[in-house]
Amino acid sequence: MAEVYLNSKFLGSVENPIEFVQKMREERRKGAITENLNVFYNERANEIQIESSKGRARRPLIVVKDGVPLLTERHLKQLEKNEISWSDLAKQGIIEYLDAAEEENAVVAFFESDLTPEHTHLEITPLAMLGYCTSLVPYGNFNQSTRLNAGSKNQKQALGFYASNFAVRMDMDVNLIQYPQLPVVNTIMHEISDYGKHPAGQNIVVAIMSYKGYNMEDAIILNRGSIERGLGRSTYFRPAVAEELRYAGGLIDEICIPDKDVKGYKTEKDYRFLEDDGIIYPEAKVREGDVVIGKTSPPRFLSSMEEYSLAASTRRESSVNLKHGEEGIVDFILLTENEEGNKLIQVRMRDERLPELGDKFTSRHGQKGVVGLIVPQSDMPFSASGIIPDLIFSPHGIPSRMTIAHLIEMIAGKVGALAGRYINGTTFDAEPEERLRKELLSLGFRESGAETMYNGQTGEQYRAKIFVGNMYYLKLKHMVANKIHSRARGPIQLLTRQPTEGRAKEGGLRLGEMEKDTFVAHGASLLLKERFDSDRTVVPVCESCGVIAIKDNYRNKSYCPVCGENVEIHDIEISYAFKLMLDEFKSLGIYPKLQLESKY
Amino acid sequence: MADIISEYEDMLPPKIIEGIRNNIPKGISDTKLKKIMEAVHLEYKNARVTPGEAVGLIAAESIGEPGTQMTLNTFHFAGVAEMNVTLGLPRIIEILDGRKELDNPMMEIYLKKPYASGKNINDLKNLALQIKETKLRDIATEFTINIADFTIDVKLDREKMKALELTNGKVIDAISKQIKGHNIKDNKESLTLKARSKEDTFNDAYKTKEKIKAVTIKGIKGVSQVLPVKREDEFIIITAGSNLADVLQLEEVDAYRTTTNNIFEIEQVLGIEAARQAIINEIFKVIESQGLNVDVRHIMLVADTMCVSGTLKGITRYGVVSEKSSVLARASFETPIKHIINAALVGEVDNLNSVVENVMVNQPVPIGTGLPSLTVKPAKEKEK
Repeated sequence: MAEVYLNSKFLGSVENPIEFVQKMREERRKGAITENLNVFYNERANEIQIESSKGRARRPLIVVKDGVPLLTERHLKQLEKNEISWSDLAKQGIIEYLDAAEEENAVVAFFESDLTPEHTHLEITPLAMLGYCTSLVPYGNFNQSTRLNAGSKNQKQALGFYASNFAVRMDMDVNLIQYPQLPVVNTIMHEISDYGKHPAGQNIVVAIMSYKGYNMEDAIILNRGSIERGLGRSTYFRPAVAEELRYAGGLIDEICIPDKDVKGYKTEKDYRFLEDDGIIYPEAKVREGDVVIGKTSPPRFLSSMEEYSLAASTRRESSVNLKHGEEGIVDFILLTENEEGNKLIQVRMRDERLPELGDKFTSRHGQKGVVGLIVPQSDMPFSASGIIPDLIFSPHGIPSRMTIAHLIEMIAGKVGALAGRYINGTTFDAEPEERLRKELLSLGFRESGAETMYNGQTGEQYRAKIFVGNMYYLKLKHMVANKIHSRARGPIQLLTRQPTEGRAKEGGLRLGEMEKDTFVAHGASLLLKERFDSDRTVVPVCESCGVIAIKDNYRNKSYCPVCGENVEIHDIEISYAFKLMLDEFKSLGIYPKLQLESKY
Repeated sequence: MADIISEYEDMLPPKIIEGIRNNIPKGISDTKLKKIMEAVHLEYKNARVTPGEAVGLIAAESIGEPGTQMTLNTFHFAGVAEMNVTLGLPRIIEILDGRKELDNPMMEIYLKKPYASGKNINDLKNLALQIKETKLRDIATEFTINIADFTIDVKLDREKMKALELTNGKVIDAISKQIKGHNIKDNKESLTLKARSKEDTFNDAYKTKEKIKAVTIKGIKGVSQVLPVKREDEFIIITAGSNLADVLQLEEVDAYRTTTNNIFEIEQVLGIEAARQAIINEIFKVIESQGLNVDVRHIMLVADTMCVSGTLKGITRYGVVSEKSSVLARASFETPIKHIINAALVGEVDNLNSVVENVMVNQPVPIGTGLPSLTVKPAKEKEK
């Protein structure tokens, strides 16, 4: 007796669970019951779980009967001739979808040659167990699984050709690589997914060697010549949006070049790019602070007094301008209307990004790294045949990570480039390494892929043979231009008078509690004080009541709000945060009395 | 010769002096010896911590930084049997918090001569069983309440009693010592408890029934497991559960070396100095077991801070931190509102003598270069 549950709800019980489950599956394959149903017999709990709910991950497998797959040559031929389709196979019960639970009851063979009578299913292809991104890693079965994970994650961050109509799209904050290529070493998934329509990387020559230590700790070295020829060149699109908002009382924003009497008028120079309609013209080179869309808004608060005064008509400046550290060229301007019927201006700015120190690159094997040095082509090492690598990768990245596929891809890429053909590197089903090596030998190169190299600066031959090959490299979206940040002086917060936080606000880098401790541990008392001087203030304090006094600069007089004018008042230097705390104590009804004492 | 060395007795620690005494060649000339002593004294002076060094903070950093590398929440099984030991960060936190109740209290009982050698394994086993606490529930099979007259029947497990060398009389003795106001009748296979007072209700009977289950019949209270183990070339008994005071009473136990991991208990039984040493030993054990390298002196400082007041104080807002004189320093640790309100109620004064307060008001902290100041005695004008 086994209990039967449908979507986790108790349904009843059956006498012979194994027979029941078998019958259910047969009926499903026949098409008598929906193929969206999965049956799982849990032997340990002696219960049958029937699932038909949505949101289960299922995958297709070929049904096997008595060790013979139901899918035959005849089906394949029919498929090729387009006489039948995939869904026909599913309907006929030749292919069925299993969910995670039913897979527990199945015995799945990897390859057809492995089949025994016990098997219930056969993989369509071993690649089917990988996701889309992971299928894009060539020779993936030679990598550690963690590297495969990292490799597919990295591919999602690669700059690519994301949409062929990009020129007329108003995408915000996107990158576009300029000379994308199809990988020489590809997988079947590249073909299936039409990778050629949205490629994301470039085929380059990689040498595995060190170069003056500039590729330590996963850094990479780029050839300046390659960059000049277009390696890793990308475009960054930044948006600017303005809308003519409507306010209560029939007031409305106005897109125009602001008048000089507008509240918050910047300088004439800031508006210099605006045309008569208040919008910037295409191909204008803008820098930080420049206004892209001129706009004025009605005054914020209309009190009864101001309604009649002259000043009431003063409008506010609310233009869109480039923030700190931003620059670009105006690329595309769109004038339209939004859902509410307000006038909407969208400006797209483009910024060409050449690879620079600190930009992030990766191969497809989770071997990411940042640019550590850009070397003039004349200083790059070169091979006997005169090949100069585009990129130098550190050998220390290989042993601990065990990305064998990285090395195989280099050989495969080399063969592909020399023979002028694409190499199939599909995981579990790739062109074998030995064959590639033999072909490489027949092409006049060393079987190992290593080459004699010469120092680019001295012309001396390197004593070691250097492993050189072609790889598909991706430029990742993390670029220094979007992250670089420094500050000496700058904006402060209103409440605490301490520096603002974050790059967007031109903020400082916090010297936190633990960093403070290191100063104390060194006994660097005065240096510590200097570090924390960012919110230093001088306040007058009344000697008799110990409360912060008032300094009237206009009358050049100090007085205490409690004790009046005839008391000793001294200036003390404290942090503004402390003054704030004293104020908060006062608001709590606590009297924080300062007792002054001469420091000397 | 002895004169020259004893001259330095106040200036050098006894251990160094002894070292010199043992190591200088015989018949050394006085001038040479004097030179040696001077050199040693100079080295010793240079090795001392300089005034104003932030020793506490450096200790904190020195223990805290390797602490980040410790595998969080690791529990290991110490060798044989199912003896659980708290190790790693949880144990360090347990020690530094000065907890009275540990997750896994443990004892290491060292034994006197005949037992320690382990020649007679049976004696050792018997001793271990003597130490292990046997509760009434361990030797009873059933507890029932007679609803008619509110008596409690306890059915005894003869076999278990035999193994533990217990007789009904011993059990009755133990119960009557710990549960007062009851008459106990011996029915051979069972015992019957009857309350002496006549006003007993069913509720009272139920309560006593629950109470007698935990009555210690034999052994030492709190010791739930015993495990004789060979360590180097002697046998010791490791226990789960700790009761230092009672174990030390046993004749067979070597009281000089027997110890527990419950520091609070050590403080109660052996005093604060022993507790200090126990803290050092226990923390060092954890750090060593994690393969980290921390200088003992950092740990010693922490142990000292926990023990200076004469009683064991944890590094918590109720322990060491509550002793700080500065309101601002206390408030900056935990529960600031509580500290500030209490300070406001009594009008506490903060003299800004320590580090945290001075960081808050942005003044030089009195440590390192911020410590020395100039003292000038102004000449009185009248004297001129």
